[in-house]
Amino acid sequence: MLLRHTPKEITERKALTVNPAKTCQPIGAMYASLGIHGCLPHSHGSQGCYAYHRSALTRHYKEPVMAASSSFTEGASVFGGQANLLQAIDNIFTVYEPDIIAIHTTCLSETIGDDITQILGKARAEGRVPEGKYAFHANTPSYVGSHVTGFANMTKAMVDCFATSNGHKSKRINLIPGWVEPSDMKEIKRIAGELGVDTIVFPDTENVLNGPQTGKFSMYPKGGVTIDELKDTGNSRGTIAMGRLASGPAALALDASCKVPCQILDLPIGLQATDRFVDALRKMAGVTVPDSLNLERGKMLDIITDMQAYFYHKKVALVGDPDQLEALTEFLVAINMMPIHVLTGTKDKAFEKRIKELTADLPHKVNVKSGGDMMLFHQWVKNDPVDLLIGNTYVKYIARDEDIPFIRHGFPILDRIGHSYFPTVGYQGGIRLLEKILEALMDRQDRDSSEIEFELVM
Amino acid sequence: MELMPKEKTAEETDFRKDIDPQGVKKEIMDKYPPKVARKRSKQFIVNKKVDEENYEEIQANVRTIPGIISQRGCCYAGCKGVVMGPTRDIINLTHGPIGCGFYSWLTRRNQTDPSTTPDHDNFMTYCFSTDMQDREIVFGGEKKLKAAIQEAYDIFKPKMISVFSTCPVGLIGDDVHAVSREMEEKLGITIFGFSCEGYKGVSQSAGHHVANNGLFMHVIGKDDTVQEGEYKVNLLGEYNIGGDGFEIDRVLNACGIKIISTFSGNSSVDHFANSHTSDLNLVMCHRSINYVADMMEQKFGIPWIKINFIGARATSDSLRKIAQYYGDQKLIDRVEEVIAKEMAPVEKAQAEIRPRLEGKVAMMFVGGSRAHHYQELFSEMGMKTLAAGYEFAHRDDYEGRHVLPRVKVDADSRNIDELEIHKDPERYHPRIDEKELEAEERHGIMLKAYEGMMADMEEGSSFSIDDISQYETEKMIELYKPDIFCAGVKEKYMVQKQGVPMKQLHSYDSGGPYAAYKGAVNFYHEIDRMINTKVWSYIRAPWEKNPELAAMYANE
Repeated sequence: MLLRHTPKEITERKALTVNPAKTCQPIGAMYASLGIHGCLPHSHGSQGCYAYHRSALTRHYKEPVMAASSSFTEGASVFGGQANLLQAIDNIFTVYEPDIIAIHTTCLSETIGDDITQILGKARAEGRVPEGKYAFHANTPSYVGSHVTGFANMTKAMVDCFATSNGHKSKRINLIPGWVEPSDMKEIKRIAGELGVDTIVFPDTENVLNGPQTGKFSMYPKGGVTIDELKDTGNSRGTIAMGRLASGPAALALDASCKVPCQILDLPIGLQATDRFVDALRKMAGVTVPDSLNLERGKMLDIITDMQAYFYHKKVALVGDPDQLEALTEFLVAINMMPIHVLTGTKDKAFEKRIKELTADLPHKVNVKSGGDMMLFHQWVKNDPVDLLIGNTYVKYIARDEDIPFIRHGFPILDRIGHSYFPTVGYQGGIRLLEKILEALMDRQDRDSSEIEFELVM
Repeated sequence: MELMPKEKTAEETDFRKDIDPQGVKKEIMDKYPPKVARKRSKQFIVNKKVDEENYEEIQANVRTIPGIISQRGCCYAGCKGVVMGPTRDIINLTHGPIGCGFYSWLTRRNQTDPSTTPDHDNFMTYCFSTDMQDREIVFGGEKKLKAAIQEAYDIFKPKMISVFSTCPVGLIGDDVHAVSREMEEKLGITIFGFSCEGYKGVSQSAGHHVANNGLFMHVIGKDDTVQEGEYKVNLLGEYNIGGDGFEIDRVLNACGIKIISTFSGNSSVDHFANSHTSDLNLVMCHRSINYVADMMEQKFGIPWIKINFIGARATSDSLRKIAQYYGDQKLIDRVEEVIAKEMAPVEKAQAEIRPRLEGKVAMMFVGGSRAHHYQELFSEMGMKTLAAGYEFAHRDDYEGRHVLPRVKVDADSRNIDELEIHKDPERYHPRIDEKELEAEERHGIMLKAYEGMMADMEEGSSFSIDDISQYETEKMIELYKPDIFCAGVKEKYMVQKQGVPMKQLHSYDSGGPYAAYKGAVNFYHEIDRMINTKVWSYIRAPWEKNPELAAMYANE
């Protein structure tokens, strides 16, 4: 047994986290920053932070993840990081030539109280930020919230620093996709394209973190939202934010600063959430849904019809980030599965309420927790076993110990390749999720059935 | 149709001979602001002997310049991740916000076999953290740390707990050592802390030193049980990535050499506690573990020798060195038998791959010893290492230990404790003649000696580059077009985007073991596969190769 010390009996823990179901803010900020074209993320902390974040993102996306650091030493920790950051800005613009530096803080620089607004003001006043280039920041203390919070803070900072309004609303619509795969961002853009809606998607990591092999390395790949587009978000007709936690704050900030009305929706994972996204976008843009999308929706529904016999009342345990889990839970309930253990490491009261609402009619007790960890999740599974596990790569240790089928979803996925090229959002992504779920269940049935029961046609 | 990779012609590979290394250095330094260039120039060396025993000095173990993208990590990573991480039967509790514990959770490929210790404990699959919140940053985290230790004890009943400090812990002044002492007294198990805050030192190296000190003070020498065995050694600085340690164990076992403890691949704290009963310490990764070797010599009288089990030839040399150290004919004969048996399949594999790899060029920027050790494997394949460097090593790892008296200790190194070691009144007994210890030589084998990486590199045409930057990496690849590049996961994809195969040599990206004999064969095949893969030949689409055809139709 790989997690041989995890007891079945659950005891309350107040101080000790075992096997976290979250990580820290700066990595989310780094991922969001990579969704700006020509941007070099910068970690204002000691070297370990960006080394860890770059490694984790690289292992998940299998792409170059470029970022810089203020490389704090003990001296900088005592005297403040201003000198380090100023020097870093000089060196980055000279050596790595980005259009923009997106700075995020760390627990180190937050604890000593570095004032990035003041340091950046000084950098600009001293001409360290070249003409036509930019540097901005988000505060992302690691001891508050989670990686999702960091993503949300950096996305909001893009609005705070760049969105302006010229008083004339354009026909464009802002789409904030949340922390999803580059392939998901691409799919969201494709759906908007099918509707014929002109959009600004930010952050946008498509073609940054799912790039092609061309024989050439580029520090700043083709993808990403441009600064001009970010500025123009203030003139858009409206904003659709996907994911309450990851995208909500940026949408609200845009409403407050530039009077761009917003709708905060779930991530468009599964049939109903995708329906709501398409419907909201249709109404906001004043367009009709084309046959092509109706066709896609019909195909997804057809597949659900064909598969439902195998899903009925199968128990599922899922762990991950709140935005993903809320959409997934609704989807699983819709296809008659029973999500009975739903846990996130990110603290969020609204999450627990929402999952309880979504699962209220299930004929089974449902465990829900925000701010929990994977050890508790594992203990739930030990006490009330399930037919399927959904979560990031770390869940495979539970899957093996408890011998339960498992599909990977969320961050990080460290042991498989392909997730950044295929979406799970939209109708097409939904079809892929359905296929994955069925395959996991059927493979198990094939493995476990006796020779007498083993069947060719299932 | 070009399905097979095109063989490079002799002229194509020869272009490197026409490049002036000093010109390369100048071209790269020219991009930097003057202050940066001055500093980087001292860390970017064209290898050259200045006299009989000295190489051109390289600056190492100095601060990375802010904004210059480096491979390096932090003190915590070196302490918790590298040295303490591979030990299975201790609860490693990270005191800090969640990230540090999360990122060091199972991300190095250290294999472990719990079935070899009686209690079968294995906590390596777990991540333990106090998940510090803003209230602890404001009011202090000691109370939460105490409660976390209590909860860890109540649930898991471990025999040992260690606590790792992250950046904010040092800044807010939590005393992890006092808390550990208090809880040790209360719970009656060994509990100790590490002051390995991320900002300490200039790289992971500081963390290695902190970890060495902690092990030495709290674990090593606590169990005096004397085990059976004629030749008893400890293997220091071998982390069992991809099962390297298992392969080394197999070979040493075959020779009749017993490993009391490995630091720290496939390790148990019980083995550490008993390690002072060995005759000899074998130092593999000099950088990360030489402190323990030195301290064990001073306190217990155990000599150490440098060995290297990466590369078949290096493995044979190391085995002969151990045998000669003991000077026992039985062991010398046994070692020769093992070498003869093991080398047969190795030579067969070499004969197979050499025609395809002869003359190819490698670059490697890893670790504190690996950039040296792996040159052995490449030379066995007929390949040359044109540029190499360490991420976190010191001058002695490049130039050899004889420069140690001349190495300046700066402020960043001074904040890592140097323990004052005395002879243990009961446990000190010199394993060899005191005169030999003093002369640092036995049977012609130099003790405590390491000649460093530069000694094995070609003069005048090869580079030693310390703490190589992203920019320098990109330029070296562009200018020299190496046939293979070795570094870590952060560098992997930027190298491969340039059409150059990239092998991770910290924690191998896949495969292994690569140590000793079977490992060497694995590595030959891996490099053969990587260099001769067809994938690079597909980069240009057919229509990019013959664009004129489209023009023909367009003109019609």
